[in-house]
Amino acid sequence: MRKLTRRKALLLGAGSAGLALMGRLNEARATPSEADAEIAKFTGGKTAEKGRIAIDLPEIAENGNTVPLSVVVDSPMEANNYVSDILIVADGNPRPGVAAFHLTPMSGRADVTTRIRLAATENIIVVAKTSEGKFFTAQKQVKVTIGGCGG
Amino acid sequence: MADQPRLKLPKEAKKGEVIVIKTLVSHVMETGFRKDAQGNTVPRKIINKFTCEFNGKPVVSCDLEPAVAANPYLQFSAKVEESGTFKFTWVDDDGNVTTTEETIKVS
Repeated sequence: MRKLTRRKALLLGAGSAGLALMGRLNEARATPSEADAEIAKFTGGKTAEKGRIAIDLPEIAENGNTVPLSVVVDSPMEANNYVSDILIVADGNPRPGVAAFHLTPMSGRADVTTRIRLAATENIIVVAKTSEGKFFTAQKQVKVTIGGCGG
Repeated sequence: MADQPRLKLPKEAKKGEVIVIKTLVSHVMETGFRKDAQGNTVPRKIINKFTCEFNGKPVVSCDLEPAVAANPYLQFSAKVEESGTFKFTWVDDDGNVTTTEETIKVS
């Protein structure tokens, strides 16, 4: 049998440690397809048109525990034409759902702000539903230096 | 459940004006993903619903998930056509309700 050199043993050890770490990390993160499933539940499978939504998010979040997020959807917010729901999804958090806002014409403006937790660099996807049954979507990537999901 | 919520909204507005309402409530928003020093998972405990009504009619509501940061800050708009009272309600996973009201004079 060939000698297991110290070098080889070290490399083997490092490799398996790396794999184990990756396994743990993967456990803590959802996948983009889970985010898609969450969105499909919201849209009932209908296609969401790109546009009408402005997402205000920092490019880099120093602290993933609290990241400010603003969403503005272009809409007259009138009785027969308003944004009824805004879904916010994160494709790299342990679970994709972040929040869902339900608006009425009394909202006046489809303009919501909150602070969210981000586990790692990921995309925030926003889907808006109008009273006419149409869906619009936009997304933005946030680079996260320190993750904030407690995982 | 939570300390007295903090609100920021104008005391007066013109009829038809769209005002901005800012709300802040103290809550740890325990995600259910954290582990304590012994390695046990700390159970989830969050505020999962927020509603805002004006004179008894719904203005906006929000379903919150653990991904909303601790001490949930929610800001939104409301169009006021008459004087009245805003009612804000937060509900947590155990069904505890925190509620507060604020009046506004609209002319």
